Amino acid sequence: MANPLLLAAAGEVGGDFFKERTSDTLPCQAQAGHPFCWEWATENIDRFGKPTVQHLELVVVSLLIGFAIAFALSLLAHRRRWLQPPLLGATGVLYTIPSIAFFFLLLPITGIGKDTAIIALAAYTLQIIYRNTMLGLANVPGSVKDAARGMGLTDRQILWRVELPLATPEIIAGLRIAVVSTIAIATLAVFIGGGGLGTQIYGGGNLTFPTSIFIALAIVLLMALAFDVVLLTVQRLTTPWRKARAT
Amino acid sequence: MSALLPLASFGGAIEFIFTPQSSNVTGGAKVGGLEQAIELTLKQLEVTVLALALALVIALPLGLYLGHKGKGEFLAIGLANGGRAIPELAVIALVAALIGVGLVTVTPALAILGIPPILTNAFVGVRQVDRAAVDAARGMGMSEMGIIRKVELPLAIPTVMGGIRGATIAIVATATIAPLAGVVTLGDFIINASIYGDDGRLAGAILVALLALSLEGLLALLQRRLTSDGLKVKTA
Repeated sequence: MANPLLLAAAGEVGGDFFKERTSDTLPCQAQAGHPFCWEWATENIDRFGKPTVQHLELVVVSLLIGFAIAFALSLLAHRRRWLQPPLLGATGVLYTIPSIAFFFLLLPITGIGKDTAIIALAAYTLQIIYRNTMLGLANVPGSVKDAARGMGLTDRQILWRVELPLATPEIIAGLRIAVVSTIAIATLAVFIGGGGLGTQIYGGGNLTFPTSIFIALAIVLLMALAFDVVLLTVQRLTTPWRKARAT
Repeated sequence: MSALLPLASFGGAIEFIFTPQSSNVTGGAKVGGLEQAIELTLKQLEVTVLALALALVIALPLGLYLGHKGKGEFLAIGLANGGRAIPELAVIALVAALIGVGLVTVTPALAILGIPPILTNAFVGVRQVDRAAVDAARGMGMSEMGIIRKVELPLAIPTVMGGIRGATIAIVATATIAPLAGVVTLGDFIINASIYGDDGRLAGAILVALLALSLEGLLALLQRRLTSDGLKVKTA
């Protein structure tokens, strides 16, 4: 494995990696046994800003699309039960196809760039969100629906005022899994020219070096944690009765 | 742009899989063709099976044991949540950069991705088994090992298999980028498009997708067979 820092030291690559270097000493990682190079990190931390924003965009847009489609499919399958097995099978196939293969299967149709990445990432989330939403709706006790019907609610009112609120914990649990997985998988968007933090792990047809990979990894993990905390808070706020029961 | 262009690309990719093509960069040597397609498919299958076996050996007994004892819930559940957040690209890249390339380093790296779903599902599956059934087995004089093997595992099979299927999907998907760490799988067609061309890249994507779907189908069949055995144990 060619270390880009060693190549740069030998003058073999101009190195996107050294444009922003201000000190004239060799980066510490050019010597073996330095898995993390603070000097490079402090000088180059700003290069991670744009990829982080791109990464956020990939994740948020694909999640919004995935959620909209999966939620609509769930409501449809809730109404027409015969649709459930084929929808589970179809979303399962999309979930099973590895993202990187999916990118290049789409390439002849949608081309290089973030659109292709977003379609593949959104397709990946469908199964997770669909399955959890169906689970949440199935877990609503029949007696509760009977009570609602007895109070004179229509089917539509029962769905929106009783079933969906009660299914919220499962729906958000599905969203949390989908968000965290998508944040990790979106690093692969680099292969289809979709940008994101993957560009700081694998750039210009080569792996970058450990310091850069570690920083990208840390940002990905922090992003996943932040999204998880936000969704957990949303779940608490949208299901106040759970808290009331607990106390 | 012709509307038929996408279809033409897929035709080229199919041709690449079956007949060797000339490449711009290999100096006349042909690339692709059935022989190489099979070779890379087998390589991807090999590293997937090895990593899955390693993950199973570590995670399955641990998950079953923790579930049986009802201990370590925090570890078992937390590992699943944390495991999903790990970007596969970073794992492969760090292993290649810090530890080394080749099958010996890539296999454990892939196994890391398979351990969380197997461990968590084994734990959850065993926890969900009716405690009355376990008590009955204990009352009949079964050993703790016997309870795990003959009562809890058969009843937990659907959940346990769900974890194994999740692990397999994650491992076979990540094996696609293993060429970055010196293990030449089908991903080589995709990653080194300068050698194999656009047809090769699309061919790689088709073969990877087919491989993943076949493995998933195979495990679904296996699950069905194992589950019916479990039900026999339950009714006997």
